[in-house]
Order: sequence, then structure tokens, then C-alpha cells
Amino acid sequence: MSKKNIKLMQGNEACVEAALMAGMKFFAGYPITPSTELAELSAEKLPRIGGKFIQMEDEIAGIAAAIGGSIAGLKSMTATSGPGFSLKQENIGYAAIAEIPLVIVNVMRGGPSTGLPTSPAQGDVMQAKWGTHGDHAIIALSPQSVMETFDITIKAFNLAEKYRTPVIVLTDEVVGHMREKIEIPEPGDIEIFDRKVPGPGEDYLPYRLEEGDIVPKMAPFGAGYRYHITGLFHDETGFPSNSTDNADIMLKRMISKIEDNREDIVMYDEFMMEDAEYAIISYGSTARTVRNAVKTLREQGMKVGLFRPITIWPSAEKEIKAVGRQVKKIIVAEMNMGQYVQEIERIVKSDAEVFHLGRANGEVLMPIEVVQKAKEVF
Amino acid sequence: MSKQTQIRLAGSGGQGMIMAGVILAEAAILDDKIAIQSQSYGPEARGGASKAEVIISSEEIDFPKVIEPDLVLSLTQEATEKYGGSVKAEGLLIIDEDIVLPEGFNQSRVIKVPILRTAKENVGRAIVANIVAVGFIAEFTQLVSRESVEKAVLGRVPKGTEPMNKKALSEGYALAQSVK
Amino acid sequence: MTSEIVQKYFRIENLPHIWCPGCSNGVVTRALTMAIDELGLDQDNVVVVSGIGCSSRAPGYLDFNTLHTTHGRGLAFATGIKLANPKLDVILIAGDGDVSAIGGNHLIHAARRNIDITTIVFNNNIYGMTGGQYSPTTPTAAKGTTAPHGNIDKPFDIAQLAAAAGATYSSRTTAYHVNQMVKYFKDAISNKGFSMVEVASICPTYYGRKNKSGSGVQMMQALKNDFIDKMAYEKLPEEKKEGKHLMGVFKNITLPEYTAEYQRVIDALQGGENNE
Repeated sequence: MSKKNIKLMQGNEACVEAALMAGMKFFAGYPITPSTELAELSAEKLPRIGGKFIQMEDEIAGIAAAIGGSIAGLKSMTATSGPGFSLKQENIGYAAIAEIPLVIVNVMRGGPSTGLPTSPAQGDVMQAKWGTHGDHAIIALSPQSVMETFDITIKAFNLAEKYRTPVIVLTDEVVGHMREKIEIPEPGDIEIFDRKVPGPGEDYLPYRLEEGDIVPKMAPFGAGYRYHITGLFHDETGFPSNSTDNADIMLKRMISKIEDNREDIVMYDEFMMEDAEYAIISYGSTARTVRNAVKTLREQGMKVGLFRPITIWPSAEKEIKAVGRQVKKIIVAEMNMGQYVQEIERIVKSDAEVFHLGRANGEVLMPIEVVQKAKEVF
Repeated sequence: MSKQTQIRLAGSGGQGMIMAGVILAEAAILDDKIAIQSQSYGPEARGGASKAEVIISSEEIDFPKVIEPDLVLSLTQEATEKYGGSVKAEGLLIIDEDIVLPEGFNQSRVIKVPILRTAKENVGRAIVANIVAVGFIAEFTQLVSRESVEKAVLGRVPKGTEPMNKKALSEGYALAQSVK
Repeated sequence: MTSEIVQKYFRIENLPHIWCPGCSNGVVTRALTMAIDELGLDQDNVVVVSGIGCSSRAPGYLDFNTLHTTHGRGLAFATGIKLANPKLDVILIAGDGDVSAIGGNHLIHAARRNIDITTIVFNNNIYGMTGGQYSPTTPTAAKGTTAPHGNIDKPFDIAQLAAAAGATYSSRTTAYHVNQMVKYFKDAISNKGFSMVEVASICPTYYGRKNKSGSGVQMMQALKNDFIDKMAYEKLPEEKKEGKHLMGVFKNITLPEYTAEYQRVIDALQGGENNE
């Protein structure tokens, strides 16, 4: 790897670089701290490669236009934070039911409401999963470093295209704004996935799943297929259907396309877990605090390990269950008042005792706090 | 912690302390070291006392924020009062020559350096004080090589200002040699 | 027997439509297909977008690329589609509540950008889908289920609103004036920029019943009698002006279009690459 590809870069900057490498050709958004760099860099770079950027009139329009861009056939992204993520929820549901590939970056900040606009938080974890109304499956990925922001963004585009779904990059203010070393791969070294489109003259039904496919093929508007997209429950033809049987089939397909492919979607990382008797589960920038603390605890003779979900949704259910069986106690460390801990409790059940360490006052968790909590409960 | 050096650069908003931090981190990376640069946003970033933080290390950095700096460099009285005390006991505080140490401040290793005056008089522009500071830190601590610092500076400053910034760097080196 | 127009442009298999007897939505939707036919647009190249409401169901019956979005957001989706592929002919169908209440912000900004989208508003002065609540165009003193004691709001003039916000074409006609409607649709679609055609429509089921406006036929008759071309209005004696509503073309000018301007940015950057 040549040295020219090594750079000092902000997380938000790495996200845009990766998006471009993944094939992003369209960005629509609205400025909001701490995600604004994503819009600024997209505005600067997209027209240079013939792509399009538009600053919309509000957050809702930002995601709506991005969905429109994707329907017209371009890989699209929008970015936001805090209040903006709340505003985008309805159309996240639209992208889910209409099965439109889209990447939504949420640089998490302190909330609720305007909250702590310039401070980090991880309080949107549950909103990422359940923020829009109704049942649906979602993919959310959380990076802990600038390099991982790059890798995850590529992955987010690939998953969006492969599964025809909105994918949320759930980063936070710490990762978004810090500058760190990144090694940008050569374009040829990256796997890029493009949505499957119907062939010319093909007998096409927009929501018909063909043998061997994971999701129905998606024709861009204007390619000669003249089909209908709606946020109503619809059948294979794309037209609305009030049939309860149809709604059941469609909802199950929408959910299972993601749930059944966990092996492909779920990413996680383990540190000193082999012989661990206690585990700390943490994600995003907080996992770095924990890693530091785990080293300290190990030096002091405690057999503690770190399990780090990279894919937040769908959760690494199988692996987390295994962690629960391996260890006696688990601490979930996150920058919120107790969110992902609920998912961990749901998965491990009575296999291990689960504790929470977190706060949402705008300050990151310090390694010493994790060490203290571990000593207290382990 | 011994393999890590935590640096906090403080000044007033607009003095380019973040740029200085970015340059130090970039130089470290060019030297094949590990580095992280971060800063605080919000009202702090708009005038008043502002700070930038850099961690330079020979191994992976887990926790990305500066906890207890080994080195604090401060260019203003206000920033010194706010951040000067954060330097760890055996750490080093570098302040501009006109700054009066707050009462009760008992840091043992304090160096007063004419950074602002050097920028103004020797380079001709107060705006390059941050680059003089970078030169000073690089030379005084030997954390990053001159070659990499120069490369980082030239990669980040506006076109046309390269000679002025190179001059600022070498003035920083000279200052460091004079106090060593 | 279905007409050629209906055979060609409607998804016959999705009919009958959900609209009530006496509703004017069918007339307006058909007029749109007549305009598209007369302009000779390539059916594969036409995108019809809508939000939520009675009129927003129209795209489901039309044989184009059709997109039924979330309430009020049709123009934002349409903006994404048009910017992503400016070659497409993008038309928005919206109701008065959809486009001027929940989607009001998108309307003024799409107009301000002068992006080449034609917006057709089926203005029936009421929320029909939800059962007759007052909308931003319900006249003062008229009744709705949420204005049981008479509406105290002042109504929007949608055509004038779009014109003031920056639309380069804006006109108003009625569901009765079919020939004029087809002409306005054609002019609006042909305009390279943001175009608005507000079509005064009728909702006998909710607006009509609440306000004792009579049958669908009587309400159509009222459109004929109450709407007058803005030029003719000027010449009317004062005593005859009362109760009249204006129709006609309020704006028709040429200004740089958004996607063309964006393309200029792209061309300048890509052409200028070697000089950097």
C-alpha cells in the first residue's frame, strides 16, 4: 500500500470519501451540527464527478429528495443529527416499505430536543430501530474510528443496494469530528455492490421476488417500466392492496430479507474475550474507552473482555448469546441512560447478570469510570 | 500512558490552534506514528478561549480524548487561566512571554517564550503565531521530525503563504534551541 | 366504452377509482392525460408524483412512472427525481391541504428554485380523505368538521402564492373549464421551470354537504358562474364583482432553471479540471 493513501482525516470527511468510492452520486440534506461537514464535502465533491448535491428546505425534504434520487437510479445519501433524525423518521419508514436503497448518516449528539448540539451521545440507538411507526427491519452500523467510518460507509451502501433498504450509519460526535489516520484503499480493492435492475424488455413486476434473488429487482424511473411506488401496502405489482394476506406476506418478506441474512450483515469485534469471565459490551466511540479500561483491568488481574457490536441492528444475537453463556456478568457501556442494554438483556436473559454504565450529559465515558464500575460489580 | 504524549494547545478563537493541532497530528502520521486530533465545538470555538488537542503515540490509541496533558501551550492570559492548570504534575507548560501565571499556580516546569512577538516582528505577521508554536513544539519535544512538520504545514496553509509559514516554522525551531 | 385517451394513459385494471360520485378529480386527471397526449410526451419519460389525499391517488390510475409518497412531501421527492435525472418530465399532483398546509414549505422552495416540475393542485377547499376538515383554502366562514361554527381562518391563494415564491408559470382554472385546463397544463409542462396550475375543484360529499352547496352538478355550475378571467373581471362594473373568483395566467416568465444551472456548475468544474 503506497504511502500517498495515508491521510489525517475527520470521521465525517472519511464518510464522504467512502460514499464517493461506493458510488454515491446524489446527496440531499439540511445543515445540522455535528453532521454539517457531510453536506459541505458532498456539495464540494459531487458536481466534480457529475453527481448532484442539493440543500433542501428542511430535514424532511432532505431525506425525501434523497429517496427521489435513488428512485431515479442514483446511489443516494442524506446526513443528519439529533432533531433532524427525528424529523426524518416518517420517510425512513417510507424507504423501508417501498424498499428504496438509501444511506442515512446520523452523527449522534445529546438530546432530547435541541439538547446538547455540540456534544456526543449515543441516545438514538433505539430510535434507529423503532423511530418510524410500524413494523419493519432496519440496518444500523456504528463505527469507532475514522478508518472504520470509511469501511462502514462502503458497507452501508452495499447493504442498501443489496437488500433494497435504508441503512443508518450511526456514528457520534466524537468519531465524526476527531482526526485520525486513515488508509484509503485503491478503488479496485473495494467490493462494490450495485442494485439488480431488470433486463431490457423483461416481464417486470416491481415487487416480485425472482428465484435466487434476495429482493425484487429495482428499475430506475424512466427506464421504460412505468410502475408504481407507494407507501401503502402493495402487492407484487406495486399497486396498493388492502388484502390482509398480502400485507402479511409482504411484511414478513421485508423483515426476513434482513433477519435471515444476519450472517452477511452482522459485524462485531472482540478484544480479550477468549478467557474472559466478565464482559463489557460497548459500541462506537465508547468502545474505545472500554478497550482502554479492559487493558487496565487485565493488568490488575481481572479476566475482562470487550465485545463490540459494529452492526447495531440487526443485533449480533447469536454472538451476544454466546457471550452471555461464557461470562458471569456483563456491563453495557454507552453514552445514554440505558438503551442497547435492553437489547442485551433481551438476548442473554438469565445466562448472565447485566449492568449498565452510561450517562447523557455530553461528556464521554472515561476509562477510569469503566474500571471503577467493573470493580464494583464484577 | 508512557508511550503516549498528550498535548493541549490553547489560545483565543481565531489564533489557529486547531490548525496547529492538525499539523502536529499530521506530521506524526507522516513519521509513521499514531495520532489523534480533536477539539471542542460550540461557543468555545467562536472567540474566547479555545483549545485543540493532540495525542501522539507509538502504539494504537484507544481513548481518543486528552485526559491529562503532558504538554500545554497557551498563547493568551485567558486560555492560560482556563487550561494552564490541566497539565499533569510532571508535565510542561509553555506560555507566551507576557502571560502572568495565575496566583497559586505551582507548576514546576513553565517556559515563557516570545511566540507572538516572534511571529509579529521576525516573520511580520501575528497570524503565523500558531506555526511558530508548532515549530517550537516540534523542535523542543522532538516528537515529530522537521521534515514531516514542514510537509504538513505546506499541505495545509493557503497557497501563496508557503514562504511566510516556512519562515515561521524556522523561527519556532530557533526559539526552541534558545531555551533548551 | 373507454376512450382512446383512457385506454392509452390509464391503468384500466386499477379502475374503478376510489373517488365519490360527483367528485371532479376524474375530470382533472383526464385533462392532464389529454395535455400530455397533445404535447406528445414519451409515456416512459413522464413521472407523476403525489403526496397523500384524494387527488394524490390519481397517479395510481395513470400509466406513467408513478410515485405516491408521504403527506405533503411530494415536491421534495419530485425535486430529488428531477435533479437526479433532469431528462424526465416530472409532474406533481396534489390537493390543497397536501401542498399548502403540510407541504407548504416544499411548495415555496420548489417555486423559489424554479426547478422544472409542473404542480397541479386539485383545490377542493377541504380535506376529503379524512372526512371534511377545513384546509388552508377553505373560505372564511365556510364550514368543515373541524370548523363547525364557521371557519375563522383566511384562505391561501395558491396560484398567487406560487407566483410570489418564484414560480415562472402560475395559473388558475376550474374543473368546469376543461379546454382552458388542458391548455394551461400544456403551457405549464412546456415551461422550463417551476409551474403551478391551480384547478378549482369540487367535493360534493364533504364540502358540498357541510356548506349546502348542492349536488355535484350544481357545484360545477357554480364554478362556471363564479370564476371569471382576471382580464374580464377588471372590466366588470363594481356591483358585479362581488363573489367572483379570478382565473387566468398570473405569471409566465423565463428565468434560469435549477437543474440546468446545476449542470452548468458540473460543466464548469469538469471542463476546468485541467486548469486547477
